[in-house]
Amino acid sequence: MSALIKNPFNHDLPPLEAPLVNVQLDGQWVKVPKGLNIIEVAKRFGKFIPHYCYHPKLSIAGNCRMCLFEMGMPKLDANRKPVVDAEERPVINWLPRPQIACATQATEGMAIRTNSKLVKDCQEGVMEFLLINHPLDCPICDQAGECRLQEYAYDFGKGRSRFVEEKVKKPKRVDFGPRIILDDERCILCSRCIRFAREIAKQDVIGFVNRGSYSTLTVYPGRVFDSNYSLNTVDICPVGALTSKDFRFKMRVWFLREAKSICTECATGCNIIIGSRENIVYRLTPRVNEEVNSHWMCDQGRLGFHYIHSKKRVTEPASHLNGSLFPLEWSEALRTVAQKLMEFPPSEIAFLVSARLTCEELYLVKKLMETLGKGTEIFSEIIPRKGVADGLLRSADLNPNTKGAIGIGIGKEGRRIEELKNKIRAKEINCLFAIHENPEEVGIQEDILSSLSFYVWQGLIPGPAVHKANILLAGASFAEKSGTMINIAGRLQKLHKAILCPGRAREDWRILRDLLLLVGVKERVFEKINDVFDAMSKEIDLFESLSWNTVGDLGIDLSQKLKNRSIL
Amino acid sequence: MNATEKDLPQLEESFIEEAERIISQYPVSKRSASLPLLHLWQRHFGFVSPQGVQWIAEKLDLEPIAVEEIATFYPMIRQRPLGHYQFKVCRTLSCALAGSYEIFEYIKKSCKTVNEVGHHVYVSEDGKFSVEFVECLAACGNAPVMMLNEEEWMDVTQTKIDAILNHLIREKRKEEF
Ligand code: SF4
Ligand code: SF4
Ligand code: FES
Ligand code: FES
Repeated sequence: MSALIKNPFNHDLPPLEAPLVNVQLDGQWVKVPKGLNIIEVAKRFGKFIPHYCYHPKLSIAGNCRMCLFEMGMPKLDANRKPVVDAEERPVINWLPRPQIACATQATEGMAIRTNSKLVKDCQEGVMEFLLINHPLDCPICDQAGECRLQEYAYDFGKGRSRFVEEKVKKPKRVDFGPRIILDDERCILCSRCIRFAREIAKQDVIGFVNRGSYSTLTVYPGRVFDSNYSLNTVDICPVGALTSKDFRFKMRVWFLREAKSICTECATGCNIIIGSRENIVYRLTPRVNEEVNSHWMCDQGRLGFHYIHSKKRVTEPASHLNGSLFPLEWSEALRTVAQKLMEFPPSEIAFLVSARLTCEELYLVKKLMETLGKGTEIFSEIIPRKGVADGLLRSADLNPNTKGAIGIGIGKEGRRIEELKNKIRAKEINCLFAIHENPEEVGIQEDILSSLSFYVWQGLIPGPAVHKANILLAGASFAEKSGTMINIAGRLQKLHKAILCPGRAREDWRILRDLLLLVGVKERVFEKINDVFDAMSKEIDLFESLSWNTVGDLGIDLSQKLKNRSIL
Repeated sequence: MNATEKDLPQLEESFIEEAERIISQYPVSKRSASLPLLHLWQRHFGFVSPQGVQWIAEKLDLEPIAVEEIATFYPMIRQRPLGHYQFKVCRTLSCALAGSYEIFEYIKKSCKTVNEVGHHVYVSEDGKFSVEFVECLAACGNAPVMMLNEEEWMDVTQTKIDAILNHLIREKRKEEF
């Protein structure tokens, strides 16, 4: 399998059949695949060649000159045989001029110096040039702390400036697109954003106008850079020239706590990093996973998290009595729910469950239904969400864990929503448990909900008919819980808890676990999410022989198992 | 006929034919015709307007930004009309030493070229005169050197400038009668 998105270039992933060649890296002979980019050669052996314009997934521009290195080839004698020294090692002929690593590929016998005197002089020189017109507004720059210009100035720069002339002034606060602001003075003209727009976003509207130190990054007048992938340019911009309107001036990046997780806005499940501070999420950024999203994510997914801090969120368990909301203790709320659930005959209960829940949560729901059903199947359904696949990352299924729901056996992919509606109307179903879904969304409105004898709602932001709910349980958002989901390609991936739940809200698996205890499943008490996963792997054959710890940061491919069960 | 051609009724058949002839000289990559087409446009209209960029881009199946990049890269491709009389003063070493910067200032003052429309490019309010710096005009032995439209002037002095301007004004008057 390879990334769901097709990258036009993969300089870091040479073809598997590439033969190995011997190259000398800072005096040491190593073996690398033939044709591998020299920046990547160095990286594989713990060396670092600084670079700005090079990006493993974009075409090579070779315009920043930061990656200069010293290159040599084996010296050949008159018969074109390598000359060897006393220790039988080939003698190297060093080229007098430095080469750019990003546009050089490994060949047999090539010698590379990444930190010689010449290389250091080059790096200092390039840094000096890059800084002469730079505004140095690091104190108010969003990139500060993760800025390549700062980092390289520190690591490879001279440490002082000889520039006494006047700096070139360029436009600041340019509207670069609906979600991006450009500061032209900070731009180091690496052209990564231009190449991304052209080669991946396929919206070729940005370019450099003018020349030399007056070169200026511009969106062609009258056009907009509004691709759904535009914010990736903010990530790959090595400096603070491109900033996200959403994130700018919100938080210094070094205060952000980073948690590895996945995006839950569609079934692709792009790998992300959640950046939070003191229980507030400030941004999501893509995390490299070559099996899923490579280096990218879509803007919708990236900006779609703000609802988790909505004022409308339910943050404590409550009951509705005569139209008013009364906060409850968790124990009381859960006891009421458990009691009620046990009172109804199983055929009168329905679960409206979200395919945005984790596998662990779905598994606990399943267990709850089985316990209550005592042999009869309890009605369950998920709410399907259809979007449009864009051929890049976004998939047509907007639920992140539909495959998990099918695999665990909850619902029928949303095909029975009408049936549910009719059954409630006909009073065949009298008790509804909605978990992270608002029935209003699929046309189960107030009037239909009124026919229920008991309605429990668990989630984040209630719908307009929530006053029909007898009990409200405050659940957790994707950033507040750990768990796993299965993406559209059958990959099992992990979410990691980044922040705590607001108020008295609780992680859903804990709510469900407590309900299970109350309805009488006592044999296993889950303390950690790992326990839930491991129990699930014993009971549900899709997860057989997996354990929480074997699902790494990049997930595990379950596509074969899903295919065998015709889920994929 | 493409969309912009409809917006540009002044494009004559012969102009389009010439453009097509130029494009046919680059069978491998039409893109290479960008610069010749920019020259053609400028020869015809005096400067390259945004419509010009758009038209050339469409002709060459390029995104307009690609043509815009080239048009702005070369200072001698103009994005706006310059003066009717265009002074181009050499500022390379010999001329700089021989006083071309002073000449430049003198022309600016005499022609009232007050609007800076580009980097060291000045145009007078009425659009009659413009003055700008250029690099070596290859007559260094007779520095300072300048060009007035397509005509080269050597050993330029302030007196010479006065004479030229007086002449231009007289010519102009004659034209007006
Ligand atoms: S881009 Fe980097 S160096 Fe420039 S102001 Fe921002 S943090 Fe500082
Ligand atoms: S805005 Fe950033 S990514 Fe784009 S060219 Fe400038 S420095 Fe490079
Ligand atoms: S990284 Fe090699 S020239 Fe920019
Ligand atoms: S330096 Fe002015 S003409 Fe050569």
